[in-house]
Amino acid sequence: MATDILIAEDEPSILEALSFVLLRAGWTIESVTDGEAVMGAVRRERPRVLVLDIMLPKRSGFEVLKQIRSDPATSKLRVLVLTAKGQQQDRRVAEELGADSFVTKPYANADVVSAVRALLDEPAALAKP
Amino acid sequence: MTLTVDLVIATAVAYVGLLFLVAYLGDRYSGSTEGGLLRSPFVYTLSISVYCTSWTFYGAVGSAARNGLEFVTIYLGPTIVFVGWWFILRRLVRISHDQRITSIADLLSSRFGKSSRLGVLVTLLAVIAIAPYIALQLKAVTSSIEAVAGSSEFGRGALEGWDEVGLALGVAAAMAIFTILFGTRNVDAKEQHHGVVAAIALEAIVKLTALVAVGVFVLYAAGGLDALFTRAADAGLRIHATETFGDRWVASMVLAAAAIICLPRQFQVTVVENSDESHLRTASWAFPAYMLAMSLFIVPIALHGLTTMKPGSNPDMFTLTLPLAAGQDGLALFAFIGGFSSATSMIILESIALSIMVSNHIVVPIMLRLSSDDRGSDGLGVRRLILNARRLSIVLILLLGFGYFYLTRASDALAPIGLISFTGVAQFLPAILAALFWRDASTRAAIAAISVGFLIWLWSSFLPSFASSSPVVAGIMAQGPFGIEWLRPQALFGLERLEPLAHAVFWSLLLNTTVLIVGSLVSTQSALEHIQAALFLNVFRPVAGDPSPLRGSATVDDLFLVARRVLGHERAMRLFAEEAKAAGMASTSLEPTPAFIHRLERELAGSIGTASAHVMLSKVVSGDAVSLEEVMQMADETQQVIEHSQALERTSAQLRATAEKLEFANRQLREVDLQKDEFLSQVSHEVRTPMTAIRAFSEILLNEGDLDGESGRKFVATIHKESLRLTSLLDEILDLSALERGERVWESRPIDAEASLDQALRVCDALARQNGTQIRPHPRVAAATVLADPDRLGQVFINLISNAIKHNSAASPVVTVRSRISGERYVVEVADNGAGVPEQERSRIFDKFYRGSLGEATSKAGAGLGLPISREIVTRLNGSLEFVPGTSEGACFRVTLAVHKPAAEAV
Repeated sequence: MATDILIAEDEPSILEALSFVLLRAGWTIESVTDGEAVMGAVRRERPRVLVLDIMLPKRSGFEVLKQIRSDPATSKLRVLVLTAKGQQQDRRVAEELGADSFVTKPYANADVVSAVRALLDEPAALAKP
Repeated sequence: MTLTVDLVIATAVAYVGLLFLVAYLGDRYSGSTEGGLLRSPFVYTLSISVYCTSWTFYGAVGSAARNGLEFVTIYLGPTIVFVGWWFILRRLVRISHDQRITSIADLLSSRFGKSSRLGVLVTLLAVIAIAPYIALQLKAVTSSIEAVAGSSEFGRGALEGWDEVGLALGVAAAMAIFTILFGTRNVDAKEQHHGVVAAIALEAIVKLTALVAVGVFVLYAAGGLDALFTRAADAGLRIHATETFGDRWVASMVLAAAAIICLPRQFQVTVVENSDESHLRTASWAFPAYMLAMSLFIVPIALHGLTTMKPGSNPDMFTLTLPLAAGQDGLALFAFIGGFSSATSMIILESIALSIMVSNHIVVPIMLRLSSDDRGSDGLGVRRLILNARRLSIVLILLLGFGYFYLTRASDALAPIGLISFTGVAQFLPAILAALFWRDASTRAAIAAISVGFLIWLWSSFLPSFASSSPVVAGIMAQGPFGIEWLRPQALFGLERLEPLAHAVFWSLLLNTTVLIVGSLVSTQSALEHIQAALFLNVFRPVAGDPSPLRGSATVDDLFLVARRVLGHERAMRLFAEEAKAAGMASTSLEPTPAFIHRLERELAGSIGTASAHVMLSKVVSGDAVSLEEVMQMADETQQVIEHSQALERTSAQLRATAEKLEFANRQLREVDLQKDEFLSQVSHEVRTPMTAIRAFSEILLNEGDLDGESGRKFVATIHKESLRLTSLLDEILDLSALERGERVWESRPIDAEASLDQALRVCDALARQNGTQIRPHPRVAAATVLADPDRLGQVFINLISNAIKHNSAASPVVTVRSRISGERYVVEVADNGAGVPEQERSRIFDKFYRGSLGEATSKAGAGLGLPISREIVTRLNGSLEFVPGTSEGACFRVTLAVHKPAAEAV
């Protein structure tokens, strides 16, 4: 069975908090802590939603997003972007690269949950033949 | 009719009486309608014909007989000047009218800053240069009387016992009296002499008619032109010899052209006596036509004389002796009167012109200097003095002429004497042309140029004319003065190829012009010179207003006194009444405006010359200095335009420079701004990360009521850890910011750096054990005194050692801490055996918030401010912190500090 959510976040504390909150909301999760690991995990776990931090070591969130959108196998993946720095510009770049939703750090846990829920529900409806 | 000497003299006296009558009537009717004829361009043209003197009347025939067609040049030069009247004469006349110029000396003085010195110089030189010319006239009149006497069977009549010299003296005395009676009856405004001009015009008609009559007689006697030329050819006479057209030909033509401008009497009749500029237009063709008529019969008379008169007879007198020989006494008498006319008209006008110059430029200035406090004297004083000065100068001038005649009486020919005078006055030509056309010509240069030209003239032209009467002069001519050959008067500087006249003309005019040009280029003009130059050059340009260089204020009484002294009571009253009427107030309450002072100056200049009028008015007008603004105002427009555009260029260059500076400053500001944005963005990121964790866990703790105790404690611990991280981040930011602002947050003192290093190693001991890192603290020095704050230095060491521990990924991590003293330097190195710093990151490891790829990956790093802070501290301690490349494995950082010397401190 496919994982619901893949989290790509390098800060251990934030990753721990995110995992706890999303698990408690009833979804299954997997996580990676750097940019290079994201693609492999996406292909392997086939998550329904990717929660992607922009400031990732080794390969930035932007690069990862770009790669996801350019690969036909992953281009339909719903992506929630976490951004912390230079919000306006990061948000614009992420939008252009095809991010589906945004949450800005520091966030309220409820915001992340509702954003993920929205992404999990809508594509399901749309994706149904 | 029998021609005797007595009859000749009686006729001459009667002729003079007729001239007096004409002059008297001329003066009387000059202002009325009946005098209209006097102001016609033809009377003007005839008066210009005073150029044709007895030299022309008698001498041209002699010249033709001796030198062929050379005499033509004497007419060609003036013809060129008059045909080209537009270029020079028109300017001269306009300027002289505008500036009330009274003579050639006045013209030059006025143009060159109203210079009195130049006026005196030109006057003196003109008097000297004209002496030979006057002598020529005396000689001609004397010779003509002698010729009559020689041919008369009644002997010398009243002249019995008079030799040639005595006769000449008598003629000179008579001429002096004649001229004084004619020309010095009044001091006239603008120095115009309508009566004299009328008489001169009559004389011009008489001399032309006489010459033509003799010419017609000659043709008749010779049986026509063909017969005359045939006979001359048979006798081997070749008047149009080929060698005529040589350097001498060119020289005499240049001289004649110069003379028609520079001769004082020509300037008088052509420029000063001109009452209407348009008359020049008529004269431009009528005067050459007159000269053509005068020259028409010269060659026939000369040929006829040479073929019919006995060998040895003086060809200069052919005009008179031919009719005499043929027994045509009536015609001979007419010819004599013609020659007499030529001589008298020249002498009268020349001495009037010269006497004006002498009185205006020498006598009046001296008088002004001597009598500065005689304002109370009667108004006629100055005028009487001027008239007496003129009378005296006329006598002096004729005496000089007679003296020259006496010294050179051995020479027969008339023409060379005239050319000597021509060469002398030609020295004024460069200065006159410069006055008309060259703005930069300066007074000092003009004075020097005229002096140099005149000295050359004296030496190479004037002096040689005494050779026949003085053995000393003849010796100088042959060997040079004191045997200096290159100073021989007619072979100056070794130039022997030129014919004497051409030689004198060449050297005098060449050096004259050279001195003028070079002198003007190296000297600067005074304000007044500048103004006068502009007035002369811009004479045909419309000027706004009529600015007077004489500025300031004067009481109307002072001005009136001055005016009365010069102009006489009546004219002064009239002038002031006119001004009062124009100003619309009583003459007693008249306020002298600058324009009125200027007008008064011009009126006075008309009587006593520009320089003298200027000096005289300057005495009563206070503050006559020309202001800078006025000079600027009058400065040439072109000059102003040039200056203006240069100023604009300078301004725009300054603007460009300013714009560049601004742009540079702006760029720097933008850079600083960008750096600030970057820094804020980094700080915001660094703050957000712990904040995010703290918020997330706080919300979990708040919202999740069913948390187990262990999870809760763990979450609280995370919150605590993240808040500590936040605190240290803020501390570091503040610390770095204070360091960068240069705030001195510590006091340096001599400490033992090794003690600080030991302290740092102890602090890091726990961290090392936690990471399983072995610390090797050797080799070390025992102690090292440096100037520093122990806490700050310790902070640097702790940062370096903890970095080495945290970023060491080796399986068995080792950190080596070494210290040594090298010369006057204390060096500490902290090295590890980890992965080292990748090449491409080495330039950035000291940047703020830069943590390197490894640091980011391991998540062990702080905010990335440790190294920048450490480097800042070490720099403040006058040391250096650097990454040491080249070690085989791991990273190595080196701190270098100066060893403190207690001795240095004691000194």
